[in-house]
Amino acid sequence: MPDNILEVRGLKKHFDLGKGALKAVDGLNFEIRRGETLGLVGESGCGKSTVGKTLIRLYEPTEGEIVFNGKSVSKMNAKEQREFTRNMQMVFQDPYASLNPRMTVGDIIAEGIDIHGLYKGKKRKERVLQLLADVGLNPEHAGRFPHEFSGGQRQRIGIARALAIEPQFIIADEPISALDVSVQAQVINLFQNLQKQHGLTYLFIAHDLAMVKHISDRIGVMYLGKLVELTTSEELYANPLHPYTQSLLSAIPIPDPDVERTRERIILEGEVPSPLNPPSGCPFRTRCPHAMQVCAETMPPMKEIKPGHITACHLY
Amino acid sequence: MMQLKKELFAPVKRDLDQERIVRPSLNYWQDAWRRLKKNKLAMTGLIILILLTLFAIFAPFISSYDYATQDYDVTNQKPSLEHLFGTDQFGRDLWVRIWWGTRISLFIGLAAAVIDLIVGVLYGGISGYLGGRVDNIMQRASEIVYSIPFLLVTILLIMYLEPGISTIIIAYSITGWVPMARLVRGQVLQMKEQEYVLAARTLGAKPLRIILKHLIPNALGIIVVQITFVVPNAIFVEAFLSFIGLGIKPPLASLGSLVSDGAQTMRFYPHQMLLPTAVFSLILLSFNLLGDGLRDALDPKMRK
Amino acid sequence: MSEKKQPTKILDVKDLKVSFKTYAGEIQAVRGVSFDLYKGEVLAIVGESGCGKSVTAQTIMRLVPSPPSFIKEGSITFDNKSDITKLSERAMEKIRGSEMGMIFQDPMTSLNPTMTIGKQIAEGLIKHQGLNKEQAAERSVEMLRLVGISNPEGRIKQYPHELSGGMRQRIMIAIALACSPKLLIADEPTTALDVTIQAQIIELMQKLQEKTETAIILITHDLGVVADMAQRVVVMYAGKIVEEGSVDDIFYNPKHPYTWGLLKSVPRLDLEHKSDLVPIPGTPPDLFAPPKGCAFAARCPYAMDICLQQDPDKFEVTNQHKAACWLLHPDAPAVEPPVGKGGKVHA
Repeated sequence: MPDNILEVRGLKKHFDLGKGALKAVDGLNFEIRRGETLGLVGESGCGKSTVGKTLIRLYEPTEGEIVFNGKSVSKMNAKEQREFTRNMQMVFQDPYASLNPRMTVGDIIAEGIDIHGLYKGKKRKERVLQLLADVGLNPEHAGRFPHEFSGGQRQRIGIARALAIEPQFIIADEPISALDVSVQAQVINLFQNLQKQHGLTYLFIAHDLAMVKHISDRIGVMYLGKLVELTTSEELYANPLHPYTQSLLSAIPIPDPDVERTRERIILEGEVPSPLNPPSGCPFRTRCPHAMQVCAETMPPMKEIKPGHITACHLY
Repeated sequence: MMQLKKELFAPVKRDLDQERIVRPSLNYWQDAWRRLKKNKLAMTGLIILILLTLFAIFAPFISSYDYATQDYDVTNQKPSLEHLFGTDQFGRDLWVRIWWGTRISLFIGLAAAVIDLIVGVLYGGISGYLGGRVDNIMQRASEIVYSIPFLLVTILLIMYLEPGISTIIIAYSITGWVPMARLVRGQVLQMKEQEYVLAARTLGAKPLRIILKHLIPNALGIIVVQITFVVPNAIFVEAFLSFIGLGIKPPLASLGSLVSDGAQTMRFYPHQMLLPTAVFSLILLSFNLLGDGLRDALDPKMRK
Repeated sequence: MSEKKQPTKILDVKDLKVSFKTYAGEIQAVRGVSFDLYKGEVLAIVGESGCGKSVTAQTIMRLVPSPPSFIKEGSITFDNKSDITKLSERAMEKIRGSEMGMIFQDPMTSLNPTMTIGKQIAEGLIKHQGLNKEQAAERSVEMLRLVGISNPEGRIKQYPHELSGGMRQRIMIAIALACSPKLLIADEPTTALDVTIQAQIIELMQKLQEKTETAIILITHDLGVVADMAQRVVVMYAGKIVEEGSVDDIFYNPKHPYTWGLLKSVPRLDLEHKSDLVPIPGTPPDLFAPPKGCAFAARCPYAMDICLQQDPDKFEVTNQHKAACWLLHPDAPAVEPPVGKGGKVHA
């Protein structure tokens, strides 16, 4: 099997809104290595969720190629497509909307098993109980309905549903942003334990940079539909290259009063421009403290500044 | 500081169940039924409707009279033990005629509900789920249908067909399902973007499974509520048509035609109009009470 | 810091209990909360959803709809005057917007979509300060400039939907501060915003607070925002205050296991090594049937027999640092706190 479980080449997803195209994702290149966690961060509207939904084919890409396990997704036959569906799963953001309120937890978890006809009868029941135990819930919870559970418990049910068909790759789309702090840690630890047990690969999409740094091996930073920086999580925090990454890191308040009293902030002016009408050249130039003439003219290409540290900025 | 026994400060040896759920387990319908039961008005409506239905089905069988036989010896009688609701100007037993009329009214209501469930739910469901161009065409088509006045359709139909139950039902099937279709379409449009539907799609679920397992069960509550408003509306329309002479043909009686007949002799024999009117009002009132109660019981926003 | 001279007490909440009546019975959202607030102070109320922090704040403004809610017990003294819990709705209307302001999490739903920004700011000024239309419009422009909105003369003619989320939150702040209130309640003011916008809003609130000396109650679940803005912190769990103290007390010398849990479960962006997160196991109790003893006992790794039987009193660590935990009782076994100076995890 190839080292890269997933390769994305020139991925674009534009939504036609009648008055113009919304370029939610505009030319993305990256790869995800087998067994790693790639974090994808950015502010709302930067297109990070669209990336996840396009990869799992909830959206049809406008342009570009997605290669999964060495095979281009668009060239797969029906059998390979089914295999692809089984190998890629998603955990959703909203634990209240992602579980069908009319189904029991057991049936929700078994949905993938039923669709792919993996187990029947007693075997199916055993598998559901096993999955419940894997995510730390009681077996008697199988007969209950989602509304009886707390947010964290529901998110664990969502994880069990994704695990049920034994995928290799899981896209987690803001899986903790709707949860309370103490519960977030439960879910994050669960993700990490499952990764160790099953050798899973994750694409972890979130806006909480501290949590992404905690769980990811490498992190990609997105701004207005474009990837602006991609490197390991230690390197990203220690040496952020792109001005956007720098200001993003400095904007996050740290839970330590002494640190906060002495810290200098880079506070960005203004707000993210509309993706319907993005600025010419580099999308960040309108808020960038280092903007130059050239930034308005051309979009800087992704360049490897140091081994394993890629950024798209004219400063380098 | 108060005195406390030292032993109390021993760490607990325990396996406290931290994932315990204290509230009793109830599914959606059990929960809704529990809430409906607490609503006295809605339950009164439900019980009255059940009683009326039982009377409509069995009362004409048990009575020794039928709705059509005329008996000129006993015209225009007051209610008595022999004729519980009295008789009309042809000596027909009003007790039997009123329950026959109720039967017809309820049948029309039932027919309307079935048409709504089949045509309205399917049309709205397909339109909403497929979306895009198909949805656009289907919506425009239903708007055209809905813009034809119902009374006009009925009158046109009566010119070609016999006035009667079947004509009213056909007229209703042409236009009556549109509000239900719109309601279901709106629900489906909203639900198909829900994450649990997306999750089913990423698991590889086919459209049919999504519609049967996810969309219909979640729209059912709102459909049931809509039905409880559609039924009395259809009953009212039938009564109205019969009252103005476009509905049921004599000797068959509906509540509307009974009220109409009774109105002619109202000054001398008020019971001939008051009794069918009372039954008719009771039906409408009960349906509305039940509908309001169901809406409160089934509305997901009220859930806690 | 705040404890110099003779500080003026703005707010005194005593043994507040608020419940909600539902079909299934009574939900005890706030179960006996006492705290005070002084002029120019920022007090953070921290806790997870459902801990009663928002209900407490909204009760101070008397914004919780009644029914289903009702104040069971307790008093709220505002500005050394009357007890708010006993005021009529009409008297409250005079206070709201003039002496107390509030900022909500979602600026879109708290602004009126059918009114221009200018009118919404001017409304309170005309009603409470008796300004005429021109004066109010002038003051609105001034307020917008104060909250950092460029071209304020043009902005006052715009409607809320024409503005971005960060901009709307600035407008909310302008409305809340227009009549120079003595107390500002900010309920998760930055939760709905992106981090770079959050940084702008925090900076703005800090600047305005220094200028106006308004006392702020900051309700949040984000410990980073607390460390950044607050001087004093109240930690709530299951409708009660479990610990209160200065920011330094709470972050560097916390005494309650729940506070320890909160501090240990958030990752630190600035720490080099990846220590494991230590979550608090389980979920908060259902306030529909609160447990007999300490509400946190079921999730507490240090729970003792007494914790299951009796709710702990507040123990004083220093005169401003208090925690409601049996571990502070002299008979309790000594426990090495897993968090401490520097917020670093010892585990």
